[in-house]
Amino acid sequence: MAKIIVDGIEVDVPAEYTLLQAAETAGKEIPRFCFHERLSVAGNCRMCLVEVKGGPPKPTASCAMSVRDLRPGPNGEPPEMFTNSPMVKKAREGVMEFLLINHPLDCPICDQGGECDLQDQALAFGRDRSRYSENKNAIENKYIGPLVKTEMTRCIQCTRCVRFTAEICGTSDMGNIGRGEDSEITTYLQSAMRSELQGNVTDLCPVGALLPRPQNFRARPWEYTKTPGVDVSDALGANIRIDTRGREVIRILPRLNDAVNEEWISDKARQSVDGLKLQRLDRPYLRENGRLRPASWTEAFNAIAAKVKAVSPEKIGFIGGDLSSVEDLFAAKALADKLGVNNVDCRQDGAKIHPKNGRATYLFNATVEGIDAADALLIVGSNPRWESPVLNARIRRRWRAGDFQIAVVGEKHDLTYPYEHLGAGPDTLAKVARGEGFGAVLAKAERPLILVGAGALAREDGEAIAALAAKLAVKGDWNGYSVLHAAASRVGALDIGFVPGEGGLSAAAMAKAGALDLLFLVGADEINVEPGAFVVYVGTHGDRGAHRADVILPGAAYTEKSGLYVNTEGRVQLTDRAGFPPGDAREDWAIFRALSAVLGKTLPFDSLAQLRALLNKAVPHMARIDQIETADAGALAKLPAGALTGAAFVSPITDFYLTNPISRASKVMAECSALAKGALKQAAE
Amino acid sequence: MQIAAAIKSLFLKEFFGAFFLTFRYLLKPKPTINYPHEKNPQSVRYRGEHALRRYPNGEERCIACKLCEAICPAQAITIEAEPRGNDGTRRTTRYDIDMTKCIYCGYCQEACPVDAIVEGPNAEFATETREELFYDKQRLLANGDTWEREIARNLAADAPYR
Repeated sequence: MAKIIVDGIEVDVPAEYTLLQAAETAGKEIPRFCFHERLSVAGNCRMCLVEVKGGPPKPTASCAMSVRDLRPGPNGEPPEMFTNSPMVKKAREGVMEFLLINHPLDCPICDQGGECDLQDQALAFGRDRSRYSENKNAIENKYIGPLVKTEMTRCIQCTRCVRFTAEICGTSDMGNIGRGEDSEITTYLQSAMRSELQGNVTDLCPVGALLPRPQNFRARPWEYTKTPGVDVSDALGANIRIDTRGREVIRILPRLNDAVNEEWISDKARQSVDGLKLQRLDRPYLRENGRLRPASWTEAFNAIAAKVKAVSPEKIGFIGGDLSSVEDLFAAKALADKLGVNNVDCRQDGAKIHPKNGRATYLFNATVEGIDAADALLIVGSNPRWESPVLNARIRRRWRAGDFQIAVVGEKHDLTYPYEHLGAGPDTLAKVARGEGFGAVLAKAERPLILVGAGALAREDGEAIAALAAKLAVKGDWNGYSVLHAAASRVGALDIGFVPGEGGLSAAAMAKAGALDLLFLVGADEINVEPGAFVVYVGTHGDRGAHRADVILPGAAYTEKSGLYVNTEGRVQLTDRAGFPPGDAREDWAIFRALSAVLGKTLPFDSLAQLRALLNKAVPHMARIDQIETADAGALAKLPAGALTGAAFVSPITDFYLTNPISRASKVMAECSALAKGALKQAAE
Repeated sequence: MQIAAAIKSLFLKEFFGAFFLTFRYLLKPKPTINYPHEKNPQSVRYRGEHALRRYPNGEERCIACKLCEAICPAQAITIEAEPRGNDGTRRTTRYDIDMTKCIYCGYCQEACPVDAIVEGPNAEFATETREELFYDKQRLLANGDTWEREIARNLAADAPYR
């Protein structure tokens, strides 16, 4: 710890703190452009200049000088820094004047206007008059991908984007070319950025040089209604802020949560918002003579009621979807119980996980924060870069911190960090489990992290693979057995027991022709239901499930309902309603409640609050929002070992941008997907 | 004092004073004007009916910055914006002013960075129905075209004082 006096306030801070951090500890804010907490220090904008006593006799960049660099006074007094002296004021005014020399001052047509660091700081720290009457230079706009629009004349060369792509994304897409006045930020030969996190550069950019292209000129920051939410595009459950203007969701921004997503979200989470408007189901439909026709709720419910009466409970089934909230599935399960139906399943991909084996067998037990503590990593049958880009960035950060060996059993992908590729199939995993090769590294590690992908469990020998992986993961208090799910709803669904009851059929068995007579798809779009059964689809988009359906009941998307989602590490998170579902659509739990009354099996709740009360009684940890209910690691040891097949591991995600009904409806995501496929083709040539 | 008051009331002093005042105005020039045919002089800062202006080359001035919408204390302005199809510039697709809400404070023209929305000299836009007072972009641009000469003259005359 080192003492420093900031504007007369003495604070005691760790010696490695920068002056900027020390000033923040003392409650003094220092303006900055290039400095960012999660990026390396560049020190090139010079906006954070301060005056120091016990250091150089000139203004000093506070982001780049640490407290230990300062000398104490002659009598041992702590060094001093000033953030509001005349020297600092003059330095800031000078820097601001230089920054504005080539800045176009086109705030009225700039989308950043209203949330622009340069605008705010020019107002707070700049001069009130311009002394610059010469011509400004202008820089050509660059194409850097479908998600980011550039207006490079506005760029102040802070290089945040360059450092972000190099350090966090690991793709080094962007760079600075030229010198002095001619320096320009660009991608290599103006190719599109390749990262799944590229959208974050629009948040990082302190000016309006990099802007989200899909939201181009659409709205002003002061027009938004801001609602905290949770992302459902992957199982990480990134915290998001949903910005709506009127009824329409315009954009989605990350919300700071150090334990989950820090301040990044993936491009799919950010830019599939246009999918919330397209292909939406806004009224019930009924299939008549092979064609779907619009119907009223009463007609639709009566059609279902007639079917339910004619069919025995053994021939009815429920399949839970990947984007459904816990409440929706709980309501569906309650209806299934009332009807005496045992065929209930949320595992569309056929994953061999079951809550009866213990909660530890399907959680990311190491937790997302635990990645920082891990000292070796084995990835089994997963492509974390596609299954959860933000989590992958966290792994990359751990790798950058050093002393972190990574190995992969499964497909070879560019994960943005180097790894040892051990093999493709379970036999390699068995070898590692016997302590051969990388097994020795894991044996030596104190906190080994075994990341098991959804692809490794969704196969016949899934349980045996889980047992093998679990053997490697538990060391004393450390439980590194970590399942990275592909579906946002999966852990929540397993927690409430949305799995087949006594003698019930699994999702794959339910989808078989002739297995069932009546099948409810609760937003389930990832499963191919064979002809035969009468299908009731409760969902949001005209996707696969709706095409197969005989009755469509329009539901609410994740931005249109308040709901609980449990992320892959078992963290219960609550998302708020940002808008209303379109047309006649209703929240899914309300649909099941209404349907239950028509069927004469009225469910015991009339409001979301009552439903939550029941839910909390059944599953107590659902009441502990933003907390992780840790699972007993003992369950892992009891996993039964079994025979392994020779088939190689395959990640369930073949196209990162098109994994759920919302992103499949999104035009922006379609463009990204086409581009990514093109890029892959290029790379193969 | 009582005697003085008695004399005043006996000779009807106030009565005749009032008569005198009335008859004095009989001989003065009339201040009322014959309104539709005669009009009072108008300040160049007069805040009348709104108009959206164009540049001399016919390009609309408004760049959809939405500052007028933001500053409007009566929330009478509604704007929706989008990149324009042919050249991708920032333009409004909708620019509505609810003239029944407007309080003619002139903040919109103060906020406008390009002098696009102005309050012109026209005050004669009474309508028979309420709906006619919900102005859309087309109407506002038409106003601008009609009044451009007077608006430009007024702005030029007021420019030295800004």
